[in-house]
Amino acid sequence: MTTPALRLENLSKTFPLGRRLFGPERPGVRAVHPVTLEVMPGETLGIVGESGCGKSTLARMLVGLLPPTTGTIQIEGRALDNADPAVFGKRIQYVFQDPISSLNPRKTIRQIMEAPLKLLHGMDRAARAKRIAEIFATVSLREEFLDRYPHEFSGGQAQRIGIARALAAEARILILDEPVSALDVSVQAQVLNLLADLKARLGLTYLFISHDLAVVEAVSDRVAVLYFGSVVELGRAEDIFRAPRHPYTKLLADSAPVVGRPLTAPEARETELPDPLNPPGGCAFRARCPRASDLCAAKVPVLDGAGGRHAVACHHPLQD
Amino acid sequence: MSALALLARNRLALGGLIVMALVVLLAILTPLLPLAPPNVTDTGNRFLPPFSPGAPLGTDHLGRDLLSRLMWGTRLSLAVGIAAAFVAATIGAAIGIVAGYYGGRTDNVIMRGVDMLMAFPYILLALAIVAALGPGLMNALIAVAAVNIPFFARNIRGITVGIAHKEFVDAARLSGMSDARIILTEILPNVVPVIVIAMSTTVGWMILETAGLSFLGLGSQPPVADLGSMLGEARAALITNPHTSIVPGLMILVIVMAINLLGDGIRDALDPRLKSGALNRPLPATLVAPDRQPESQQNDGILTLDNLQTQFRVKHRTYRAVGGVTLSVKPGECLGIIGESGSGKSVTALSVMGLVASPPGLVTGGSVHYRGDDLIGAPYRQLRSLRGSQIAYIFQDPLATLHPLYRIGDQLIEAIAVHHSISRAEGRKRAIDLLNAVRIPNAASRIDDYPHEMSGGMRQRVGIAMALANDPEVIIADEPTTALDVTVQAQILSLLDDLRRDRGLAIIFITHDFGVVGQLCDRVAVMYAGRIVEQGPTRAILDAPRHPYTARLMACVPELGAGKRRLEAIPGLPPPVDDLPPGCAFAPRCDRATDTCRRGDIALESAGDRALRCLQPVQPQEAMP
Amino acid sequence: MTRYILRRLISAIPVLFGISVIVFAIMALIPGDPATAILGSFATPENVARLNEDLGLDKPLVQQYVIWLGNLLQGDLGRSFNLNRPVLDEVLERFNATLVLAGTSFVLCSILGIVAGVVSAANQYGTADRAITFVVLLGISIPSFFLGMMMILTFAVNLRMFPASGMWPIFGDRDLWALLRHLTLPALALSVVATGVIARLSRSAMLEVLRQDFIRTARAKGVPERGVIWRHALRAAMVSIIPVLGIQAGFVLSGAVYIEVVFQWPGIGRMLVDAILRRDILLVQGGVIFVAACYVLFNIVVDVAQSLLDPRIKT
Repeated sequence: MTTPALRLENLSKTFPLGRRLFGPERPGVRAVHPVTLEVMPGETLGIVGESGCGKSTLARMLVGLLPPTTGTIQIEGRALDNADPAVFGKRIQYVFQDPISSLNPRKTIRQIMEAPLKLLHGMDRAARAKRIAEIFATVSLREEFLDRYPHEFSGGQAQRIGIARALAAEARILILDEPVSALDVSVQAQVLNLLADLKARLGLTYLFISHDLAVVEAVSDRVAVLYFGSVVELGRAEDIFRAPRHPYTKLLADSAPVVGRPLTAPEARETELPDPLNPPGGCAFRARCPRASDLCAAKVPVLDGAGGRHAVACHHPLQD
Repeated sequence: MSALALLARNRLALGGLIVMALVVLLAILTPLLPLAPPNVTDTGNRFLPPFSPGAPLGTDHLGRDLLSRLMWGTRLSLAVGIAAAFVAATIGAAIGIVAGYYGGRTDNVIMRGVDMLMAFPYILLALAIVAALGPGLMNALIAVAAVNIPFFARNIRGITVGIAHKEFVDAARLSGMSDARIILTEILPNVVPVIVIAMSTTVGWMILETAGLSFLGLGSQPPVADLGSMLGEARAALITNPHTSIVPGLMILVIVMAINLLGDGIRDALDPRLKSGALNRPLPATLVAPDRQPESQQNDGILTLDNLQTQFRVKHRTYRAVGGVTLSVKPGECLGIIGESGSGKSVTALSVMGLVASPPGLVTGGSVHYRGDDLIGAPYRQLRSLRGSQIAYIFQDPLATLHPLYRIGDQLIEAIAVHHSISRAEGRKRAIDLLNAVRIPNAASRIDDYPHEMSGGMRQRVGIAMALANDPEVIIADEPTTALDVTVQAQILSLLDDLRRDRGLAIIFITHDFGVVGQLCDRVAVMYAGRIVEQGPTRAILDAPRHPYTARLMACVPELGAGKRRLEAIPGLPPPVDDLPPGCAFAPRCDRATDTCRRGDIALESAGDRALRCLQPVQPQEAMP
Repeated sequence: MTRYILRRLISAIPVLFGISVIVFAIMALIPGDPATAILGSFATPENVARLNEDLGLDKPLVQQYVIWLGNLLQGDLGRSFNLNRPVLDEVLERFNATLVLAGTSFVLCSILGIVAGVVSAANQYGTADRAITFVVLLGISIPSFFLGMMMILTFAVNLRMFPASGMWPIFGDRDLWALLRHLTLPALALSVVATGVIARLSRSAMLEVLRQDFIRTARAKGVPERGVIWRHALRAAMVSIIPVLGIQAGFVLSGAVYIEVVFQWPGIGRMLVDAILRRDILLVQGGVIFVAACYVLFNIVVDVAQSLLDPRIKT
C-alpha cells in the first residue's frame, strides 16, 4: 500500500471561550471534532460544507496557521509536529479564498513571489529570477506583471498569482480554501482548469475546500461532507451526490439549484444549524433529519466505512 | 507620487503648506535675522504700541521687542510641539503595533496600561508629570508627549489588529517569514500612512498643549519665552495693552490653523476612500443628467425600462455601468436578470427607484415607466411615495441591509407607517402577520429581536417581509440568496415562488446563478458589459442559447451530478466598462467573432418572444461549444 | 442591565487602583526632599525631619503607598500646608465650581457639535457644510486661553455685556441669574474646541453611515429623507460618536484648567496650577486623583449609554 500524501489523525480544534471571573471554566467551542482522513498522492480530496461547518478551521490547522487541540498531521509518512509555519511551508501550501486580500497591497508581485524562494529555499537573486520566470510560465502569467502592485489585477489574475506563490514554495500538497468562490463563473472555470493542469504536470496533491457542490464534484476524486465540525460522509465524487447515504448530503444535493427541477423546499422542518455554544447531544443533524430516532439523540454516530469506500456517519443511512 | 499631486490640488491644504513653510523657514532663519535681542529688558520703553520706530510690533511689559520675541518664541514652540509629536508617535506606534500584532496576553497587558493612562483627563497627567519634574519647557515636552502616547498606541493597535488578520499576513508566514520580518515588511508599510495621518492631525494639537502649559507658567521659564508663555505674561496687561496678547495669540492661531489645514490635506490624500469617492454622501435619489433623452414606453408591462443608461463618473473616467437596457415585467411574472459581476445587473435594478448612490451615479438616458409614468427625473416626492409601497426591494446581504440598532418589528412597522397612518398596535399586528407570511416560527416573540440575533436565513425572511409590507405590485430582488447557504437558499427561493403565485407579484430577480433562474424565472435577460445580449423565455434560452456568451457561460458552470470533468472556460476577462470596445463587447473573447462584430453598434433584435444582440448567433442545430 | 452596570463598576476597581499607583509613583519621583519643598528653604533641619516623620516619608516606598492608600480610602487626602485645611474639603469645594463650568460646556458642545456635524454631512460640500467646516477649523485651531482673553476684551471690557471674571459678583445676590451671567463667557470659550472636534467626528461618522446598505434599505422603503438622516443615520452614527463624547469630556475638563485661570473661575484646575507653582504636593495629589476617579465613573456612564444604544453590546 502506498503511503498517503497527507494523513490526519484525530485532528480537532476547540476554541476557548475565555475565562469567567467566577465559577467553573467554560467548555469552549468545538469547531472541528476529531477528524481522521487520508489523501493519496496525486489525489484531490474535496471537502464540502456550509458556513460554520469548520472547513476553514480544518484548513488552517493543516498548514500550521492554527495549532490543533488534539491529533497529528503526517505528510508523506512523516509526522509534522512542529507548529512553525516556515517548516510547514515547504511541505504544504495554502491558496486563499480572497485573492486580493492575500496579497500585500504595498508590495510588488516580484517581492511577494521572492519571499518563499528566499526564506524557504535560500535562493540567490539570479536563481530566484529564473525560478519566478519558470513558475509564471507554468501558470500563464506575463512577466511584466512582476513589477506591478496587487490592486492592478482582477480577481482571476490575483488568484493565479496566489497559486504561483504557493507553487514557489515547492510544496507537493496544496490546501485550496474556496479558491474560486470570489470569482465569476467564467473566470472560475479558467482557474479550476489551471489547477487541474498543474496537478497533472507537477504531480501535486490537493485538498479542495468549497461550499459549492458542483465545483467540488467537478474537481475531486473523493469528497468528504462536513457538518457541524464532523465528517458525516466520505465517498467517491461521482457517487456522493448522485447516491448520497447521509440525509444531510441528500439535503445538500436536493437544495442545490438545478435547472429544470421544480422549486420545493427540500426540508420539511425549516430549521438551521445548531448553536455551537450549546451543542446538541447525539447526532448534530437530528433536529433537521426526517429519519431521526431516539438512537440519534442518545449516541453520536461514527464514520463507518470499514468495508466499502463510501463511509457515512449515520445510524439510519439511506439505501440500506 | 499621486498622493503629493492630490495634496497639491487641495487649495486649502496648499495654503496651509505655504504658510507653514514660511513660518518654518523664518523660524530656522531667526538667529540670522537682524532682530533686537529678545530677552534684554528696557523698562524705559515699556508697552510701545505697534509700528513704533525700532519695534514694528511694539514692546512688552519689560520693554522687550515683541517682533524678536515672537520669532524666537515661534521657533521654540514649533520645535517643542513637533518634537513632542514625533516622540509620542514613535513610542505610541511601536506599542500599538506590538500589542496589535501579538494579541493575546501581550495585548491585554499593554492595553490595560494604556487604558489606565487614558483614564486621566489628559491635562491631569500632564500636570502631575510637570508637578513631579518641576516646571520647565523640557518637562512640558515630556509631559505632552507622554500624555499623547496612549492615543497613538490605541489608534495604531486597532489598525494593526485589522492588518494582522488579513490573509496576506498568513501568506507571509507560510512563505517562511519570522514575526519580526512580518512586522517590518508586511505590517509597518501598511500602518505608516495611518501614523502619518495621526501625526499630521495632532501636531497642531501638541503645539497648543505645550503652549498651554507655558501659558500656565509650567513650561518655558523666564526670560526665555515660547508663544504660550508670552501670552501668559501678557495676560496681566490684557486690558491696558491688548497688543502684547494679540500678537502671540494670533501667531499660535495661524500656525495651528495652517498645520490643521495641511494635516487634513495629508489625510485626504492618503485615504484611498476619498479618491474613490467612497466618502460622498449619497443623495436621496440618483441624479439625472439634464441632457437625458427620455424614451417612450416600448413594451407593455407594469414596469418597463426603456433604453435605460446609468453611468458612474469618477474624476475624468466614465463607467458605463448600464448602457441602454430595455426590458419589461408583467403582473405575476418573474423576470430574471443574469450576469457576472460588473455586468450592470444590480445598477439596472437600483436605477429603477433612483437608489444608485449619487454621486458618482448618474442616469444619463432612457426611461423607466411604471403604469405609464416616467420615474426617471420624477420629483422626489413621487419617487418616495412609490418606494416600498408600489415597488419594493429585497437586497443581497440581510445583515447589512437591516438597521442594526432597531428591532425588526420596528423596522417592519416603519415600512408601513411611512406610507399609511397606522396606530402602533395595528402596526404590530400587521408586522406579526407579515412575519407569519414569510414563515418565521414564533413570529409574535421574534418580532422583538434585533437583526444580529437572527440567522442569515431568518434575516432574509425579514427582508422579504419588509418588501411585502405594503402589498407592492413589483418586487426587485437583488441577489437575495447569494449570501446564504445552499440549504437556506432553497427555502428562501421556494418561499418567494409561493408568494408571487399567491399575490400575483411581478418580480425582477437578479442573480448570477443559472440554476436559480431555471427554477424561479419565467423569462430571463442575460447581461454583459452593461447591456442585455439575449432575452427570452427561460426554458427556451436554457435549452437553446443563441448568443455565444450565454452558451459559453452556461457551459462554464459545473452541473451537479456529472462527476469529475474538465470545464469549458471562456478565455479573457469582461471588458472594463470605462473602456468598452466598439461593436460587440464580447467579441474579444468570442471564437465566432468577425470583423463586422468589432465595428459599430449592434442592435438588440427581437424575434417572437426572444431578443438577441449578435451577428453570429449560435444556430439551434449546432452543438454547444 | 443592572448586572452590566455592576460589572462595569467592578471592572473600574483595577483602573482606580492603577490610577492611585500612577499618581503615587509620579509624586514619589519628585526630586529632592518634599518636606523642604513644603516648608521652604528657610526651614530648620529639625522641622524638616519632623515633617518627614509626620508624612511617613522615612518609611520604604511600598509601605508609604499602603498607608497613603489606606488614608485615601477613608477619605483622608491629607492637609494642604499652604491653605492649612484638609485637602478633601478644598477639592470638593473647587470641584463644584468646575462641575458647573465643565458640565455646562459639555452639554453645549455635545449638542452643538452633533447638530453641526449632521447638518454638515447632510449638505456635504454645500454652503452650510463649508461654513460649518470653516468655523470648526477655526475652533480647533484657536488656543482656548487666547479665545477666552479675546472674549474678555470684547464682551466684558469693550461691550460690557458680561462680567470679566469670577463665578459670583463681589457685591450682590448669588442667584441663578448672576451665575449665568458669569458663566456665559467661560462656558462658551471652553466649549469651542470640543464642539469642533465633535462636529468633525459626527460629520465623518454620518458620511460613513450614509453609505451603508441599511440606509439604502430605508430609502427603498420610502422613508422621507429627514427620517433617513435623523432617525436611521444619526442613530447608527451615535455608536461611534458616544465614545468620543466620553473622551471629549476629558478634554473639556482639561480645557477648564486654562479657562479657569483666564476667567479667575474658582475651580479645581486653577487650584491645581496654583498648587503646582507653590509645590503643594498633597493638594496636587488629592486633586488629580479625585478628578481622575470622577472621570472614570463618568466613562462608566458613557459605556452604559452606549450599551443602551447598541443592542449588540452584550449586557
